[in-house]
Amino acid sequence: MNGPHDLGGQHGLGPIYPESEHEEPVFHANWERRVFALTLAAGAAGKWNLDQSRHARERQHPVAYLRHSYYENWLAGLETLLLENNMVTPNELASGIADSPPDPNHSPPLRADDVASALQRGKSVQMTIERSARFFIGERIRVVNNHPRGHTRAPRYTRGRTGLIRAHHGAHVFPDQNANGARVGEPLYSVEFTSCELWGTSGNPLDTIRVDLFEPYLEHA
Amino acid sequence: MSHDHSDEHTEPPPDVELRVKALETLLVEKGLVDLAALDVLIDTYENQVGPRNGAQVVAKAWTDSAYRTWLLEDAAAAISSLGFAGRQGEHITVVENTPGVHNLVVCTLCSCYPWPVLGLPPIWYKSAPYRARAVADPRGVLTEFGTELPDDTQIHVWDSTAEMRYLVLPERPADTDDWSAEDLAVLVSRNAMIGTEKARLPKKARQK
Repeated sequence: MNGPHDLGGQHGLGPIYPESEHEEPVFHANWERRVFALTLAAGAAGKWNLDQSRHARERQHPVAYLRHSYYENWLAGLETLLLENNMVTPNELASGIADSPPDPNHSPPLRADDVASALQRGKSVQMTIERSARFFIGERIRVVNNHPRGHTRAPRYTRGRTGLIRAHHGAHVFPDQNANGARVGEPLYSVEFTSCELWGTSGNPLDTIRVDLFEPYLEHA
Repeated sequence: MSHDHSDEHTEPPPDVELRVKALETLLVEKGLVDLAALDVLIDTYENQVGPRNGAQVVAKAWTDSAYRTWLLEDAAAAISSLGFAGRQGEHITVVENTPGVHNLVVCTLCSCYPWPVLGLPPIWYKSAPYRARAVADPRGVLTEFGTELPDDTQIHVWDSTAEMRYLVLPERPADTDDWSAEDLAVLVSRNAMIGTEKARLPKKARQK
């Protein structure tokens, strides 16, 4: 979707104001710690995947997305996912109190003792697919000029632009379909764009931008 | 904190703290999350996993050429051999700075970042200004970090749009030939591994 999250090349957002690396805490308020942990712990139930989680944040009203701090966007996304998966009701969310007595047999999907091994394991998105990659390394491609209303990981600034296939990453889970709950593999490529191809006369002739793009995003140039 | 953090980190509305507390209580009550697991998750990323991991990887690559080759060919395996692996680091590519090429990493669409080697990303990395400008005006971004590059240096920007995570292998500072990997790691800042800065100079590090 052409949402507020797709920020590459936007103007007017002001300076970056990096905090000094030596002084910057990992979290800036206690509620940020809790939102971070709640998101990971609730996600362990497996009711949604990474792309559904991203899409829940991106689907906010653009004004809300841009006004929110980072963990406020995580909180908004988590609330959306909990509601949509019927894990909480709107009334419960508003009151903070369960509508009915909880099932005493229900046990949380992620226990404290399992956290370390779950994090260490991670979640590979590598897939095995039958077909071979359609584009070869060194081939010139164009990013399809497409504006899907759902989740996608082809940034707007690349659409319609030509680039060079520089590497194959193998087949990875395709985010556009994963966001709909379908785990399908597609070849993933590292595509190099010149700065001037993307930004025209505002680009720098020496610079390049490398973007990881899935095969359905690409066509022969 | 002494300085302004821009619009990206204004004070949240006062009800956020309460809203989060209520949500946590609810999810614990419903058996959807384990309270003790929350504390372990927080402790892991606040105190255990962070950029010192990545600094060890870089320092080893600077002092062990076989490791450097392995790291550039199969980063996930080489990094995992030092004990750093897992969530948000399942697929990693290391990109090397050289005298003529400087690499810079961004995630324009969200906040993708190699957690096992760098921990959680800093606010500025997740901020709209950085995500907007790193791809379109990397030289302006570097200037804002106080990083000056010669005009003829090529900048390669890496936008982490899929699940591949990127780590920059900075150039080893001059006059460090006799340094141990342990001492070298002190020169490797987090920002150098994102690419907004270079590795620290030995003199500067010794003054710290």
